[in-house]
Amino acid sequence: MKHIISIHVANTFGAFDRVATMFSAKGFNIHSISIGETEIKDISRMTIVTSGDGQIIDQIVKQLHRLIDTIKVVDLTEHDHLERELALIAVNYKKGQLDEVKNICDIFRGFVVDINNKSVTLEITGPPAKISAALNVLAPFGIKEIARSGTIAIRRGEQVSYPKQEVA
Amino acid sequence: MKPANTMLSGAEIFFECLREEKVEFIFGYPGGATLKIYEKLHDIDFLQHILSRHEQGATHMAEGYAKATGKVGVVLVTSGPGATNTVTGIADAYMDSVPLVVFTGQVPTALIGNDAFQEADIVGITRPITKHNFLVRDVRELAATIKKAFYIASSGRPGPVVVDLPKDMLNSSCMYQPPEDFSIPGYKPNYSGHPNQIKKAASILADARRPLLYVGGGVIMSGATAELRELAEKNNLPITMTLQGLGAFPGQSEQSLGMLGMHGTYVANQAVNNCDVLLALGARFDDRVTGKISAFAPDAYKIHVDIDPTAIDKNIIVDIPIVGDAKRVIAELSRAMHKTPRVNEWWQQLNGWRAECPLSYDMDSSGLKTEYVLETLSDLTRGEAVVVSDVGQHQMWVAQYYKFNHPRSHLSSGGLGTMGFSVPAAIGAAFAVKDRPVISINGDGGFQMNIQELVTARAYKLPIIFIIINNSFLGMVRQWQELFHDEKYSFTDLRDSNPDFVKVARAFGLPAYTTDRADEVEGLLKNALNHRQGPVLLEFKVVKEDMVFPMVPTGASISDMIVKRLNPQRMV
Ligand SMILES: Cc1ncc(C[n+]2csc(CCOP(=O)(O)OP(=O)(O)O)c2C)c(N)n1
Repeated sequence: MKHIISIHVANTFGAFDRVATMFSAKGFNIHSISIGETEIKDISRMTIVTSGDGQIIDQIVKQLHRLIDTIKVVDLTEHDHLERELALIAVNYKKGQLDEVKNICDIFRGFVVDINNKSVTLEITGPPAKISAALNVLAPFGIKEIARSGTIAIRRGEQVSYPKQEVA
Repeated sequence: MKPANTMLSGAEIFFECLREEKVEFIFGYPGGATLKIYEKLHDIDFLQHILSRHEQGATHMAEGYAKATGKVGVVLVTSGPGATNTVTGIADAYMDSVPLVVFTGQVPTALIGNDAFQEADIVGITRPITKHNFLVRDVRELAATIKKAFYIASSGRPGPVVVDLPKDMLNSSCMYQPPEDFSIPGYKPNYSGHPNQIKKAASILADARRPLLYVGGGVIMSGATAELRELAEKNNLPITMTLQGLGAFPGQSEQSLGMLGMHGTYVANQAVNNCDVLLALGARFDDRVTGKISAFAPDAYKIHVDIDPTAIDKNIIVDIPIVGDAKRVIAELSRAMHKTPRVNEWWQQLNGWRAECPLSYDMDSSGLKTEYVLETLSDLTRGEAVVVSDVGQHQMWVAQYYKFNHPRSHLSSGGLGTMGFSVPAAIGAAFAVKDRPVISINGDGGFQMNIQELVTARAYKLPIIFIIINNSFLGMVRQWQELFHDEKYSFTDLRDSNPDFVKVARAFGLPAYTTDRADEVEGLLKNALNHRQGPVLLEFKVVKEDMVFPMVPTGASISDMIVKRLNPQRMV
């Protein structure tokens, strides 16, 4: 089963490598991985989409905890959460097709962010399933290139809290 | 002591930190990137630098020292090849949870990534085999980093930490202040087990009819042997130990069933097979212990105490996990036991198995038996020695026949199974252990893997007895070839190529003796034990094609144990 795991790590040299190394050393899957800053200085947040049975996910969470730089690990799949992914999709168009492509983009609440006389680049955000749906519909036009951010996710409502000394 | 708030170079700060950590020994080898440290070392008198003859040797020495004492072993090597030579020792320490801090020199920060002379990305290389590692780019971070390194290496489940020291950082200076207390957010080993889980475990154990304690190296690391003894003796519980657990409980005690697993005793493996409550203490259900997982302690209620949460439910799903330090948890468990389990019938059954198939060997005319050598050694030293085995058949025979009285006395490469471990590890141990004999036991194959360190033993006049169990084969591999690979003895026969070990040892400056006669074993061992002015070497030429039994083949269940040769009799 697919799991989305969010990891807060100290923003130190090699912290990201350590997480990636652990996944490959233990033979765990990574479907997507994304990293960014957080509201707290020197703490980054990684979102990893992985899969495995209960025992494997349990090991993944524990192994992530075991890394010295790890501050917090949450298996978001166990909580009510929001998932988003951003995709930049360059689609070919022929004469007369541009409106159709723009229409599809609108239906998916996306934006046209670049255009030339052969292709148009769309920005679409949403749950990964929505991106896949958009790609399916756009496929007949000819997809030139895709860049996907990987999933990021956050718990609904409740705030992630930190032990005191780490906030400063 | 340098006054606080003075300008110090990185190399000077390095030594201030080691002084703070009360380091007694550094095992090392110099080179270009660490010259500044070696320059300062010249005037340092609060610790001793031990010069190995190979950086792998230095790393195993630090392991031997750490395993024998429980203190952090410290290694210092240069960049590039010096650093890469430590990799096997670091991996070994990682697998066996040995606290090490390995300092590696590094090329100047400006050259990192440039394929500079003697550059290796040791932080990258060691990432999957260290508990943690650091590259110190700024001298102002050096002191705090070293403090963290020692703390991480020695706390929780111990392990190796690498600290990479670029040359320019060591040369630059800053105001030095001994680091204040620090915190590492997110690293807080959990020492005390959950009280409710402990209560539950105690009541299950008290109601058990066929309980078994399965004891691993964690019990020794946490210094829990007194607590273990109390729990076991008060409740008359049988104990089996892993390779790393040997010594946690006296081997001569009636309550000890010996080692379990692939080359474990018949009684220990039968006990695992038939117990109704299995209490695993500081052990990790390694595949060499469990064999076929589904057949391991199939009917037992399983309680698992370990300080490392990842060890729990990794190989085997347990009924009561308790994350905590073995010492505290065992003491609490003892306190929480309101009655003792009724185990008389169980002991009858156990003693039956013990009598049915004890460890045994034939003293026939075929030649000297390793088992005899090791049993004689065990008797002569009354189980009091520190015995450092290498890897192979002799290692299993040491585990079977040497009856260890004390913890931190059986030093062996368990997890990684590193040939070449014994000679340097015994040297490291001998720097710390002065009141008991230190004995390094080797196969003729593994002995050649770090043979250069004989010089180190001689140079420091360490009274180590180096024993070679010479069967002229890579014995353990030969055994597998005989049993499972159609007797194709591919590249395991050393008969034509082995050196004259006595001559080799003498060339290194060690007195050396050899025999193939059983009636000379005791005399040679006695003389060697009395020789305290430096190392000696004894070569025992043993039966060439012997096999270690009992044996549970990989992936088989314990009931498929092979107890005798050529006529693989299936038990049960
Ligand atoms: C560094 C290393 N290389 C290879 C092996 C594989 N191996 C395991 S046991 C063994 C044979 C050891 O032979 P020897 O040292 O003569 O000891 P014996 O088994 O004969 O007691 C080998 C080659 C290993 N464990 N470590």
